[in-house]
Amino acid sequence: MARDDSVRDLVNRLELPFNALGVDPYGISKKHLVVGFSLLGWFYRNYFRVHAVGAENVPQRGRAMLVGNHSGGYAIDGAMVLASMMLELDPPRLAQGMAEKFINQLPVGSLWSSRTGQFTGLPEHAERLLQDDRLLMVFPEGARGTAKLYKERYSLVDFGTGFMRLALKTKTPIVPLGFVGGADAVPTVMNSYTLGKLVGVPYVPVTPYGVALPLPAPCEVHYGVPMTFEGTGDEEDSIIKAYVEQVKQRIAQLIDEARKARRARVKPGGAS
Amino acid sequence: MRVLIAGISGALARQVAMLLKSRGHEVLGLDRRPWRDAPEGIEVFETDVRKRAAEDVFRTRKPECVVHMATVNALTAGGDERARINVGGTKSLFEHAVNHGVKHVVFVGRHTYYGASADSPLYHTEDEPPHGIGSFPELADLVAADLYAANALWREPKLVTTVLRLVYTLGPSQQGTLASFLRGKRVPMVLGYDPLFQFLFESDAARAIALSVEQRVKGIYNVSGPNPVPLRLIVEHTGRTAVPVPEPLLRGLLGRLGFPRLPPGALEHIKFPIVVDGKAFKRATGFAHEVDEVECLQRYRLLTGR
Repeated sequence: MARDDSVRDLVNRLELPFNALGVDPYGISKKHLVVGFSLLGWFYRNYFRVHAVGAENVPQRGRAMLVGNHSGGYAIDGAMVLASMMLELDPPRLAQGMAEKFINQLPVGSLWSSRTGQFTGLPEHAERLLQDDRLLMVFPEGARGTAKLYKERYSLVDFGTGFMRLALKTKTPIVPLGFVGGADAVPTVMNSYTLGKLVGVPYVPVTPYGVALPLPAPCEVHYGVPMTFEGTGDEEDSIIKAYVEQVKQRIAQLIDEARKARRARVKPGGAS
Repeated sequence: MRVLIAGISGALARQVAMLLKSRGHEVLGLDRRPWRDAPEGIEVFETDVRKRAAEDVFRTRKPECVVHMATVNALTAGGDERARINVGGTKSLFEHAVNHGVKHVVFVGRHTYYGASADSPLYHTEDEPPHGIGSFPELADLVAADLYAANALWREPKLVTTVLRLVYTLGPSQQGTLASFLRGKRVPMVLGYDPLFQFLFESDAARAIALSVEQRVKGIYNVSGPNPVPLRLIVEHTGRTAVPVPEPLLRGLLGRLGFPRLPPGALEHIKFPIVVDGKAFKRATGFAHEVDEVECLQRYRLLTGR
């Protein structure tokens, strides 16, 4: 994949403390970002033809937490949200996802996730990145979210509560997002956990055509206005769960909006 | 102040000794190994810290501060001997210190205490327990020595104890874990992994230790300097060539064909980073590094003639 010069400009405009080697204190490397985002940018523009609405809701600088739904298969949604933060924001921002543990155990996965700031989803990482005023990307459904089958694609599974406690503790605004299209790219009919165990991942999605290579389905992502909650993060579970429910409902609304917009775009008048 | 350095013949300890002397302290040393060209005024006692002769030094010379730099890692000594030096030696040193009126002990430990594993966070803080001893049992006695030294904080309330967890060092001595790893022209890496490494130039590391002696800070502190750097960039910027090898193959090659003889657990340390947060030490002592990561690598390249 050739490096995209416009991506190089975007990476140069990132407001991160890179040293003379082009590496930030977390080991995020400009060189790797250029290669990675050239690839993601191609998928974003030409393959999934992502349509992003409301990206201006993401604060230009300072800590913030993108909280969204997983739309199926594997984290195509996460990758496209990363790309949209780089391509649609001015100045661009690097969103930092909280990756599943297995990624850092795999060769290549470890190297590329480390060099592009997609660290293992540990509470220590999340808190430190927010204290450093970074943009965190969280999918509170976790791996259960990507394991959704095609028929469950617009549903939301249980949200964890860790993100909310952390947002309260660090006084971080939450930018909700709804993502649709991932399930059409990887229409999962079943997940093979046995195969997953063999290759060192949680599961392998199986599609009607067998392998889980993504189809060029158009994707749509809608960002909502930031939500802020008051508190310390030490509240009772019932309070936290009520806050989480508010975020979840907002995400459900954004998914609906994104479905409508996508339907209008894909087949005017048709059903999705 | 009269300072006794245990393990004074080590490369970094010599620099600490000379620095403390240049700042007007009286410096004594203990080591099993000789320091042949020790500068005048630095008295070196050639004995093991666990031997009677070492206790005599405590008894007769009454040092006010003791700096413990007599621990060894898996590259230097194996098995039981390493455990005896690290755990037994640390125990003897603290006993002598308490029995002979020492006011301050500085235990110079390693940041490898925290261990390297896929699910351990970047920027360890001092309150964290060690990770990954299971995959690298050769580290256990250094962890035990660190914890033994640290519990002197409550066991011996009259003694001021400082536990330093120092990152790797690079410098003129060309010794230390990272330096041994960079010894050859070609440096093996595990294919598909590129951990961050944190290092200090030797003069900065020596200054950090001297500062903790002079300021008599109590507690456990990570000592770090510049930003961590990915191993591959370290290799390239010190003028070497990285040779990525698939992990199963590398495991088989350890100790053969010129590959370093490392315990299998050491591979975790070239797959995953150990990065520590050194803020608390900087706050407590005012320490700031003088040589940044880029200059450190450049200097090391010149020092090693690449």
